Amino acid sequence: MPSFVIKEKCDGCKGQERTACMYICPNDLMKLDVDRMLAWNQEPDQCWECYNCVKICPQQAIEVRGYADFVPLGGNVIPLRGTDAIMWTIKFRNGTLKRFKFPIRTTAEGSIDLYSGKPEHDYDNLKKPGFFNMTEYPTL
Amino acid sequence: MGVEKNEFKYCEKPEVVNVDTDILLIGGGMACCGAAYEGAKWATPKGLRITMVDKASADRSGAVAQGLSAINTYCGENDPADYVKYVRTDLMGVIREDLVYDLGRHVDNSVHLFEEWGLPVWKRAEDGSTQDGSKPAPKLTEGGKPVRSGRWQIMINGESYKVIVAEAAKKALEYNRKETGVEQNLYERVFISELIHDKNDPNRVAGAIGFSVRENKVYVFTAKTMLLACGGAVNVYRPRSTAEGQGRAWYPIWNAGTTYALAAQAGCELVLMENRFVPARFKDGYGPVGAWFLFFKCKATNSLGEDYCATNLQAANDDFGKYAEDPHKLTTAMRNHMMMIDMKAGKGPILMRTHEAMQALGETMTPKQMKHLEAEAWEDFLDMCIGQAVVWAGNNIEPDKLPSEMMPTEPYLLGSHAGCAGIWVSGPGDIAGIPDEWHWGYNRMTTVDGLFTAGDGVGASGHKFSSGSHAEGRIVGKAMTAYCLDHADYKPELGRDVDEVIGEIYLPMEIFGKNKDYSTDPDVNPFYIRPKMFQARLQKIMDEYVAGVSTWYTTSKTMLEKGLEHLNLLKEDAGKMAAEDLHELMRCWENYHRLMAGEAHAQHILFREDTRYPGYYFRADHFYVDDENWRCFTISKYDRDSHTWSLSKRDYVQVVPD
Repeated sequence: MPSFVIKEKCDGCKGQERTACMYICPNDLMKLDVDRMLAWNQEPDQCWECYNCVKICPQQAIEVRGYADFVPLGGNVIPLRGTDAIMWTIKFRNGTLKRFKFPIRTTAEGSIDLYSGKPEHDYDNLKKPGFFNMTEYPTL
Repeated sequence: MGVEKNEFKYCEKPEVVNVDTDILLIGGGMACCGAAYEGAKWATPKGLRITMVDKASADRSGAVAQGLSAINTYCGENDPADYVKYVRTDLMGVIREDLVYDLGRHVDNSVHLFEEWGLPVWKRAEDGSTQDGSKPAPKLTEGGKPVRSGRWQIMINGESYKVIVAEAAKKALEYNRKETGVEQNLYERVFISELIHDKNDPNRVAGAIGFSVRENKVYVFTAKTMLLACGGAVNVYRPRSTAEGQGRAWYPIWNAGTTYALAAQAGCELVLMENRFVPARFKDGYGPVGAWFLFFKCKATNSLGEDYCATNLQAANDDFGKYAEDPHKLTTAMRNHMMMIDMKAGKGPILMRTHEAMQALGETMTPKQMKHLEAEAWEDFLDMCIGQAVVWAGNNIEPDKLPSEMMPTEPYLLGSHAGCAGIWVSGPGDIAGIPDEWHWGYNRMTTVDGLFTAGDGVGASGHKFSSGSHAEGRIVGKAMTAYCLDHADYKPELGRDVDEVIGEIYLPMEIFGKNKDYSTDPDVNPFYIRPKMFQARLQKIMDEYVAGVSTWYTTSKTMLEKGLEHLNLLKEDAGKMAAEDLHELMRCWENYHRLMAGEAHAQHILFREDTRYPGYYFRADHFYVDDENWRCFTISKYDRDSHTWSLSKRDYVQVVPD
């Protein structure tokens, strides 16, 4: 069931505005059982294993069990995503472990400055090729 | 759909939310994020309102949701004219060279923004070594040298690629919202299922209607102009994995053909919808092979160790002539064809010889450098296809020790990756020598007035990838501003009765409520079909009649005609789809869109009487590339009232000399 929720760890994101996994899943798969305050993947065969629910879960309650129709049991791939890097732990079926760390962002979250320091747009160029910050372009 | 009238006796009528805007962005992927960024700059000072509506959440929406390990289109030191040549060669000589050139001259600007916003871009150090994007180094705009995995590709640490791009888009929307005094202009978890034409002009778009998948609310958007960019079409075909693993589609599983379906229903001309992409990928996990081939210099062979692109070149040349002649100019499609010759001969499995590639690279490297190389190899998967790492971990495959199986996937319909299915649009207009029908006003506008597309939506212009889709969205954001200013007096009026449309959209819920208690198992009921089975039926028809994996991607006139009969019956049954909840309602309409995309694909393959893309599909009754008669665009137009398609040829014109 590609992504799955560990019952003991999930708290239904209580006290938060919304459930993190429901918020992020690009395929609308994660659901919250409000009575039990537990989340689950409602359509495992529509899961892309994109890991976005795994990465965002504040309780680290979500993991992925490989597709049962072609992945032998026993392996595991677990991320820990920070603000500037992600750590991966890969456990093989035979117990071999590999760990990797990769950068994910060179600026602080939320720090993007949209337009300042860039050329102002000129409406005379509106119907020409180019962008507001790119007024020179080759042609054929 | 909509054969029965929905009287809302068995499902609650939704609350109607009306949203009037000037520029509506349908989708939240790279293209729409690009449109938001560029569009907000031009439109906001003019008081034009921009609204984005997305069925997911923008942070992780679209094909880049998982991340990427490379940006596949960055021209850098290359002339965009050479980019046109490369795209033309790979897409068998039929592309819109004005669109491709236009893309090539714009794309780098978006890549430079990504790096400025915080996307780590690998750099080539002075000693020739590669360093990840977090190390201090000059930016691309400052003369920093990217690490090229191919002539057009650069490597990135792209786990958060989409999050970064979405942050800029959301900030741009926020800027526009505040300046124009609008309360809300980003609607997430709202699935657009219908476009509505203008009351006074059936060839002009005026509205879009969709529903929340979380609340019982229907959204009626009216806009002067719209960007329809919801990606390509995945799971139209029966996938090789049919149980749990069907989720591991190569392209994002949530790309439901909405772009093509809504465009066709709105009356847009579609182009080259016979085109498809059948990527050869690591078996089952569908992990990327590009970096392995280009960056790690990995070789693929049959299980006897033979290079099938060498041993089968003559056989391919016998059938497809000049398209299988120069071993250095083989298209992706032709390499697939030669691979399958060996698979059919029982010389499989096809192997990616990763272990030999790593060993060869290791011969000149220190242990520390080798460790760095190993991490780079794993990152290729962990950035964009984690499922492949799961497959390797479960099978005890370490790529530096063992080879991996490779396999051609099920077919995908798309226009931004290595395929060019899509919608016919107006081009930039400043390119000399193009026919009038390539340019009629606004860049990337479809043949329906006010309706634009980008990314996977624009046909005959493949190999844009993520960066190109963003840049194309920006081109559209600017063009839509121009459209709004030129049509300042236009007030969109919906050309259909809104209550009737809402009734149609929610009909599957009414049908479920009405009939579910007839049988003891709500899954087996003679009065309806649930979307999961609807999809399975579509996939079986497409697979067996329209050149899916079960026939080695082979079809013919007689098979296609029978397949279209089955598709017509399926379309009739679409009026009997049933949904238990809003999530399933979205699945109903997604699968209807898949059906429309699949039907367009079948009609185009039937119309084109050659095998234009050998290795992607074969017409057994026209087993050749016929340049004399078929080096041309194929155009289709759907008539929504009669459910019929009309197809025609349109001239290809070469703009960039060989």
